[in-house]
Amino acid sequence: MIWLLTDSGERQMPGAVAGDGGLWLSPENMTVATGWELKPEGLCLGDICVPAAAGGFVRDGKIDAAAFWRHMGWPVVSSDDDGAWLLGEGAETRRASLESLTAPDFTLPDLEGVQHALSGQRGKKVFLATWASW
Amino acid sequence: MWQALFDELKDQNFSIITVAMDADAEAARPFIEAAAPDYISLIDRDHRVAGLYNMVNVPQAVWIDESGQIVRPPEVAGTYDTVRSRDKVTREVPAEVQARRDEARIVYQDAIRDWVKHGAESKHVFSPAEVKARLTIPDDHVATAHANFRLGQFLMRQGKPDAAEPLFTEARRLHPESWTIWRETEEKNEAGLAAGPTFWARIDALGEKKFYDAVDMAGMPG
Repeated sequence: MIWLLTDSGERQMPGAVAGDGGLWLSPENMTVATGWELKPEGLCLGDICVPAAAGGFVRDGKIDAAAFWRHMGWPVVSSDDDGAWLLGEGAETRRASLESLTAPDFTLPDLEGVQHALSGQRGKKVFLATWASW
Repeated sequence: MWQALFDELKDQNFSIITVAMDADAEAARPFIEAAAPDYISLIDRDHRVAGLYNMVNVPQAVWIDESGQIVRPPEVAGTYDTVRSRDKVTREVPAEVQARRDEARIVYQDAIRDWVKHGAESKHVFSPAEVKARLTIPDDHVATAHANFRLGQFLMRQGKPDAAEPLFTEARRLHPESWTIWRETEEKNEAGLAAGPTFWARIDALGEKKFYDAVDMAGMPG
């Protein structure tokens, strides 16, 4: 079973097939993991559509998510023997996010596992500080 | 270290969020329990915040206003580069450097107080143009380094350190400026610190560069 890590989480992908650098997903799984939807006009997220013919990443009703991600210029990392894949956020996305000057949002757990979102503090000044044990 | 400041300012529409860049929450736990924070204290096992904000070391801080806008981009969170002057055997820091670090903390915490009191009028708040000019922007190598690091951490959690290793090596190669990636993936000593000979060799290799850049703030020791 293939594990796929995206910005929205870590998921097992039933029916996914990997090989030759490709990661073939059903359209349903593609949408669950990445938000991108297969439509007649191509792969779409919100108002953005990328024509599928351009990259050859749709075949027989399946989507090569890795080829699509590379087509977009975003990081694809895999450990093939372990069936572990990651579709990452691209530098351009992160640049745009930072330069908007809106603090990039994130949700992380505390020690008890309770999830907290930065955006949950909207309306207050937030002093965000990192540290580490090492 | 932030609890006293939080106690003082928490009734003034002020929030503190600390984020531990720790793959293992248990490594962070003793420090958090000792600090007994009543601010929000989070664990970031995949260093997501470092990726999003393009941070390369800890401690770093970002000031965010009530509308969610960055008014001070990532910077050293009110400390001073003591690492370079630490004795490699005794681990002691010269008194004069310690004094500079203590002063940096005071100046920085006073700046936070000023911001909480005066908001956008605080002299420590940057204009949008000033924030933009001070941002460091990740390139493709950095984004791919964080992707490798995250998949490596996932494989570590799956009990596959041999599979994680090449991903960590790649992350380090792609993002050599990152101390967070390097130290997290380096062997730790009995105290849980990545502070062995390889760490000091890396420090020496900095040459004239700083381990912590000075904070761009009036009154901050240089």
